[in-house]
Amino acid sequence: MEALLANIQGLSSNAGDLSNLHIILKQAHDSLYAESIRLLPLLDQLDPSIHSLGYLYILESCSSGAFSKEQATTMVLPIARFINSCDKEQIRLAPDKFLSVCRRFKDHLMLLEAPLRGVAPMLTAIRKIQSSSEHLTSLHPEFLVLCLLSKCYKAGLSILDEDIFEVDQPKDLFLYCYYGGMICIGQKRFRKALELLHNVVTAPMSVINAIAVEAYKKYILVSLIHNGQFSTSLPKYTASVAQRNLKNFCQPYIELANSYSTGKIAEFETIAQKHREKFDNDNNLGLVKQAISSMYKRNIQRLTQTYLTLSLQDIANSVQLNSAKEAEMHVLQMIQDGEIFASINQKDGMVSFLEDPEQYKTCQMIDHIDSSIQRIMALSRKLTAMNENISCDPLFLGKVGRERQRFDFDDFDPVPQKFNI
Amino acid sequence: MEADDETSGPMIDDEIYANGVGGDDEKRNRPIISGEPLDIEAYASLYSGRTKISRLLFIADHSRSNQAMELEALRMAYDEIKKGENTQLFRDVVQKIDGRLGPEYVMDLAWCESVDRRAEQKREKLENELNAYRTNLIKESIRMGYNDFGDFHYSHGQLGDAFKNYVRTRDYCTTSKHIVHMCMSSILVSIEMGQFAHVSSYVSKAEQSQQTPEALDSVTVAKLRCAAGLANLEAKKYKLAARKFLETGHELGNHYNEVIAPQDVATYGGLCALASFDRTELKNKVIDNLNFRNFLELVPEIREIINDFYSSRYASCLDYLGNLKANLLLDIHLHDHLETLYDQIRNKALIQYTHPFVSVDLNMMANAFKTDVAGLEKELEALITDNQVQARIDSHNKILYARHADQRNATFQRALQTGNEFDRDVKSMLLRVNLIKHEFSLKQAKKS
Repeated sequence: MEALLANIQGLSSNAGDLSNLHIILKQAHDSLYAESIRLLPLLDQLDPSIHSLGYLYILESCSSGAFSKEQATTMVLPIARFINSCDKEQIRLAPDKFLSVCRRFKDHLMLLEAPLRGVAPMLTAIRKIQSSSEHLTSLHPEFLVLCLLSKCYKAGLSILDEDIFEVDQPKDLFLYCYYGGMICIGQKRFRKALELLHNVVTAPMSVINAIAVEAYKKYILVSLIHNGQFSTSLPKYTASVAQRNLKNFCQPYIELANSYSTGKIAEFETIAQKHREKFDNDNNLGLVKQAISSMYKRNIQRLTQTYLTLSLQDIANSVQLNSAKEAEMHVLQMIQDGEIFASINQKDGMVSFLEDPEQYKTCQMIDHIDSSIQRIMALSRKLTAMNENISCDPLFLGKVGRERQRFDFDDFDPVPQKFNI
Repeated sequence: MEADDETSGPMIDDEIYANGVGGDDEKRNRPIISGEPLDIEAYASLYSGRTKISRLLFIADHSRSNQAMELEALRMAYDEIKKGENTQLFRDVVQKIDGRLGPEYVMDLAWCESVDRRAEQKREKLENELNAYRTNLIKESIRMGYNDFGDFHYSHGQLGDAFKNYVRTRDYCTTSKHIVHMCMSSILVSIEMGQFAHVSSYVSKAEQSQQTPEALDSVTVAKLRCAAGLANLEAKKYKLAARKFLETGHELGNHYNEVIAPQDVATYGGLCALASFDRTELKNKVIDNLNFRNFLELVPEIREIINDFYSSRYASCLDYLGNLKANLLLDIHLHDHLETLYDQIRNKALIQYTHPFVSVDLNMMANAFKTDVAGLEKELEALITDNQVQARIDSHNKILYARHADQRNATFQRALQTGNEFDRDVKSMLLRVNLIKHEFSLKQAKKS
């Protein structure tokens, strides 16, 4: 063990030495595991920022195995410290070790019921291990779970705002989008939530999985809240298993969505009440309640399309609210949220609905449009690059080539004339 | 339908001269379902054959609230059936009458038995004949044999069998005249059965055999138009139905009484046209249609309705419609569609009324439509929500303002929205591509 320690201390300075050390550490892997209990004190002799690789191996073997609460407490601190100070280059030599340390770290925190303590270190860990901001690591879902449990939704958003394109494991993506959707729901960013959940539901899958089913349930409710409608047909690029099976797993939700489109609040509430237990078990009751209140909003919004002025009492009647007072509160709230444009005349209890004052003439609006154009152009470039990339990919060509076995004579370009000198 | 009846027979002439002056008002004040036996009798006299019975039974079924009328209809149905040979229908009617019409209208078992016995004999005879024909392989005779069988089943009320036999004659048709005959019989039976999908297919079949023009005389053509119109009506394709009825030639006369009376052509065609045509179409195809005018003369109410509608006298138009409604509901073909047609006509009237104005006073509009402002508001609200009327209601001052969509703003909005959608779609597409790629390389890795 001492020799190993010496090796770690001696061989952590440059790249060549590090690869040698890596080989040594790999060979010592089994013996490290055998002595995992005694290794903890050894860590004190190492500096996590200089001897990151060795530190990582020892830490990994220490943290393996089952833990009691007390042991977990002792482990959490060194891991957090290591994550904060370790060297990016060195840990990337052994990414799976690093991932497993981080995962254990999360498990320990769950055991201690202190998810908040893990939010910041986990974010650092993600930043250190990911190759670019577009890279989805296995730590993303872990981080989002910690955010969810500790209700640090804002911290989670910082990760969700980055567009993800590269994925290591499909399961990571499913979980990332599902948890991300939940965080966005918590922050009432329904558009983003819908986007994330949509990604889960339409992701390619060969068998149906529980994450997709749960995501579909939330997807239905969120699209009711955000769009006021839900179409049961999924886009055609959706995996066929999902198209066939998802609906069967979410019957109460489909029923709810169908009743939403009728615009009758009482009916919707009866159905919500009927399946209350089911919604509660799925932890979706809150969303169902939000869907109900969104229905009031939707109905009031519909009134703005048809009326220029309408008394509060009439509003209350037509959206099935109990009193004019309640209608006033709703209208007020919606004006505040910018969902409708209106003014209330309290003297005679009239509401005048106005047109959207946005004239698309301001500098901000032009800026906004310009930035949208830029963003989309960048995206389009990316798409082209991706397309080229794939059409050059030997694996892809191999697959396509196998499907079209024989090459016709026409496929070969004859040598251009001018080279035949 | 009784409104039509009154115009039929001896009253037609009076009606034509009286319309628009005093006669209408008189009619308007009349109780809507009158128990006068005259109505049903006149109505029934328009039809012949089985449809007469089915129409009478339909009236009986749908005027339960008015016993005098129900019994009158049943009585006439009883008499009519007695003339024919349909014992099953006879039993049903007797059961429906249930002794309420006195001893003259009870179960006549002797009659039933004799009819049944005769029917049995006839059937045997026909069967023997048909077998003989079939062994001799004479096409024309086989066709006749099947045809007779069809007629036999039809008169005894076995519509399914009748249809089968009529269709069988098809293989033995030699001239296009035969084919048309086969089609007409099939259409007749299908209408009775309510199988309107068959009706339209046989109508088109009959029309296809038109290569030899002598096979289709103008009466047959008119009949086919009617049948097609009915089929479209049942399929809720009101516009097509209206076209077909409007194309019906006046040669139809009373030749198609076993299915439809010329009065019906006017009513069905007129209502469907009102519900589905726009103003120019209404003018060109209905009001200026000389041919259809002949039909309209038979039912002045419908003509008035159309004229009122075209000249924007909505109150009187809707009034007429309201008065006709109860009677039209007793029509066997129109019954299921009347509500829809009425709603559509009313909505069209509302849309047309609001169309030319920048602002409309709801009080005046309500006046014009003989309704109250609150009700009108609800109707308009529904139309606006459906985007059929581009306007907004000022509920405070009770004024409807036309709304002018701002194209520029709408374009900006749509552009931004499309951009966002594109953004979202492409991102999720790239993600999916990566996943698929991943899965693919995973498979490759496993293989190698």
